[in-house]
Amino acid sequence: MPGYIVLGKRSRHETMVMPEHHHDHEHGSHLSDTELRVRALESLLVEKDLVNPDTLNELVDTYEHKVGPRNGARVVARSWVDPDYRRRLLDDATAAIDEFAFTGRRGEYMVAVENTPTRHNVVVCTLCSCYPWTVLGLPPVWYKSAPYRSRVVIDPRGVLNEFGVTLAENTEIRVWDSTSETRYLVIPQRPAGTDDWSQDELANLVTRDAMIGVARALTPDALARAEAAS
Amino acid sequence: MNGAHDVGGMHGFGPIDPEVDEPVFHAEWERRCFALSVAMGAYGSWNLDMSRYARETLPPGDYLTTSYYEHWLHGLQRQLVEHDFLSYDEIEQRMRTLQQASDHAET
Repeated sequence: MPGYIVLGKRSRHETMVMPEHHHDHEHGSHLSDTELRVRALESLLVEKDLVNPDTLNELVDTYEHKVGPRNGARVVARSWVDPDYRRRLLDDATAAIDEFAFTGRRGEYMVAVENTPTRHNVVVCTLCSCYPWTVLGLPPVWYKSAPYRSRVVIDPRGVLNEFGVTLAENTEIRVWDSTSETRYLVIPQRPAGTDDWSQDELANLVTRDAMIGVARALTPDALARAEAAS
Repeated sequence: MNGAHDVGGMHGFGPIDPEVDEPVFHAEWERRCFALSVAMGAYGSWNLDMSRYARETLPPGDYLTTSYYEHWLHGLQRQLVEHDFLSYDEIEQRMRTLQQASDHAET
């Protein structure tokens, strides 16, 4: 990429490129402009007593370890076993999700959309990265990346194929473009062969990708394989 | 407002590349940038739409070639300056001080 240099230790999934003029070569240090700038902001804001480092650590811990797709999985599993809850969830997802009293920042106005044998839902935020933090945690890099944001709205069937979801020709696909106000949770179809499963067991079948709509819920076989592999 | 961020329907961005067992953050500075943005947002000086707009003020070439949390960093810095929490001068000066401390620690 002419005119750009790659800085820092990054995975190929979050390649960090900055215009060359942003980097000060004179120092020859391992600290990138980005790392320095973040440290400078934190040090100044702490010094001015505008943020507390403990609060920052707690925020990181919450979103790294406490809030995540396990929350959404519990919501979906309950909707599979409790028809009244499912109705409430489809009717007013914000209130139905609040019944769980999850930790962390509340989701904005939430909408739950259900997959059926004839309709499949998939969620994107074409402009940025809007995502239901309360039930799914922070979004993965691919969700925030230009390839997904640009393509899922013009070629949803092709994108779903790449994620391993092949739909019948006559299955309707609805693509939901999130905003800062409205966020979506896909309720995947309950897999066959789970009639006698408990709500907690069912939650293990509900993956992050299934709730974004780029995957189906795991089958009992797929879950057994995943558990054997880990 | 349209701009480089308004990518829905555009061609040419290449394949979607999901990472297996992806960590929530990919570097320590991403953790700090995320937490600083959320903590400072709690003051209510700006809302979510203003934050996104601040990120979208990156020049299009930079927007498309920098990472997600670099967008956040740009937006956070801009909001902090516009709302008089910090000035660009003191940020640059603190960066130089931190760099010097880091150089000193290495030698």
